[in-house]
Amino acid sequence: MAELTYREAVADGIAQEMERDETVVFLGEDIAKAGGVFKATVGLYDKFGPDRVRDTPISEQAILGAAMGAAMTGLRPVAEIMFSDFLAVCWDIVANQIAKSRYMTDGQVSMPLVIRTANGGGARFGAQHSQSVENWSMMIPGLKVVAPSTPADVKGLLAAAIRDPDPVMFFEQKSLYPSKGDVPEGEHIEEIGVAKVVREGSDVTIVALAAMVPRALEAADRLYSEAGISAGVVDLRSLVPLDTKTIFEQVEKTSRLVTVEENPRLCGWGAEISSIVAEERFWDLDMPIIRITTPHIPLPSADELEDLALPSVERIFKTVRQGVD
Amino acid sequence: MAKRTTKRRISKSTKPKKQAANKSKIQLNDDIGEKTRLRMWQLQLEVRHVEQRAHDLFFQNLIKGTSHLAIGQEAIASACAAVMRPDDYTFCTYRGHAHTLVRGASMEGVLGELMGRECGMLGGKGGSMHLTDVEKGAMGSYAIIGAHLPIAAGAAWKAQYLKTGQISFCFFGDGTTNIGAFHEALNFSVIWKLPVVFVCENNLYMEYTPIADVTAVEHPAADRAGAYGLESIIVDGNDADLVYRVARDAADKARAGDGPSLIEAKTYRHSGHSRADPATYRPEGELEKWLERDPLKIYRKRLIDFGVKEGKVVAIENAVLKAVDDATEFAKNSSTPSKDVLMTEVWADGGSSWRN
Repeated sequence: MAELTYREAVADGIAQEMERDETVVFLGEDIAKAGGVFKATVGLYDKFGPDRVRDTPISEQAILGAAMGAAMTGLRPVAEIMFSDFLAVCWDIVANQIAKSRYMTDGQVSMPLVIRTANGGGARFGAQHSQSVENWSMMIPGLKVVAPSTPADVKGLLAAAIRDPDPVMFFEQKSLYPSKGDVPEGEHIEEIGVAKVVREGSDVTIVALAAMVPRALEAADRLYSEAGISAGVVDLRSLVPLDTKTIFEQVEKTSRLVTVEENPRLCGWGAEISSIVAEERFWDLDMPIIRITTPHIPLPSADELEDLALPSVERIFKTVRQGVD
Repeated sequence: MAKRTTKRRISKSTKPKKQAANKSKIQLNDDIGEKTRLRMWQLQLEVRHVEQRAHDLFFQNLIKGTSHLAIGQEAIASACAAVMRPDDYTFCTYRGHAHTLVRGASMEGVLGELMGRECGMLGGKGGSMHLTDVEKGAMGSYAIIGAHLPIAAGAAWKAQYLKTGQISFCFFGDGTTNIGAFHEALNFSVIWKLPVVFVCENNLYMEYTPIADVTAVEHPAADRAGAYGLESIIVDGNDADLVYRVARDAADKARAGDGPSLIEAKTYRHSGHSRADPATYRPEGELEKWLERDPLKIYRKRLIDFGVKEGKVVAIENAVLKAVDDATEFAKNSSTPSKDVLMTEVWADGGSSWRN
């Protein structure tokens, strides 16, 4: 094991795949010579050169269009969209072109590409650089949606995304970039579509994603020490494919489900999971399903206001305790 | 220092000069040659008659949805196809039956897809606006304006990176020149020196509105070329020979590693924007004027003037008509898609599962 930061794991994952497959190429704004605005891709340009690691203009449609054209003709591009909020300016390429072309052509084209992007709040960037938009992708048929919470998963799931024959939206939570964790030495790859039970519990299951995972874990510690509640935590890791099996196993065990997401309230992924569990595991439930979300507002920038908006350890702790009691 | 941009206007017809009849053979086998000319004649006929048939099948209610015909614009797709290598890539728009057919896609596949039949090239999943035949290099018809320009650049990037010598041809209308993706793709392709040929088919109307009413410059593509350090090229898009020559130059440039070109080909669609549009917004006499410049009319005369026997010219047309008839019958007799295909091919594993 080696201790890496979440941001170092990004470059590590890309490097691992570029070394083993020369069709893997990487493009985006400031990603090459500058090493990325979040310094998540430092060293790749020096290691793999300007033909494989290419800076682009501020042209998100061109970035993703080029990635798509290259993917459908034989390369495995990794494209960076600097902030996930910017997906709005190239959403046509994502939602209409990349996601649908395989189906529309009855399987004539494949789209082995990865769109990496810095997602989520907590960095005081305001409403246009802080959104959690993984649910935008989740609702489009044809996109796989991955959001890791640890450095090991960043590397392993990014490697899996690059090898995947389908388009993968890869959401890196920007407030996690400095966080550290153990990453296996040597080649490391994880399976997309498998959730991870990161804490076993018997009273309630908390399903979380990305930055909400460490918060859910901290809340679970407090629930146990302060209220004697045994809360299990599931790190979803990917929304598509969705590991409903693991969610069901935990719900059967605890009979209580809480989802924690950064999305604003309406149509967040927690609503889909709540709906699936309500439809298919209703008789296992001893408590109404609880969704913890950001309120249905754009994210504010000031420390106090943003902290108030995003699900906090305190809010998770209180909401779960109140629900279970 | 900014690259000096040049301008080229190619509209002079290549009519043979008056001379002895025995010289005509020499002219026919000029830089284009008889074989290529007969191929362009055949391709233009195929497009014309398949489009005409699509129009007729609509009014027999055998084709649903919408359809955007290229009647009147056949010369551009046909001439460019004659320039392409079999492994080059074509990217086109929802007005893309022409560009797909000229790559050698089957008429049964095209008409069957328009009719929603099992024999359709997309199995009934795409329809008129998404015709694709990857095996033939027809990499898709894109129905959101501008999207396929950067995608064509991406395919060109692959060719550049793997040094395959392939190039991308990307066709779009005059309306596309006012959307952001056009400008992003041009800048991107120039700075990366990508082997792509952008071909603007300026048919004077963006859907129902004259392009001149909504564009800051007279020539929607050519007048923007200079902003990207590209030569400003305008060609008579109804003359296949003229289109062939500029397309050949652009393809040679791309293959030589000298980057993209932007060609504006002036043309006219004989019908409305789509089947819903009777094109009543056109000034009186405009269509008639353009019918005089019908690309097929021009090319038939060209071949005859160059000494091709009328019998040969007509025989090609008759063979095309028969092929269209046969394809129509085949598509009519093809069954509707099996319900089993509804849930297939979302993912590369052939399925559509999103959960376990």
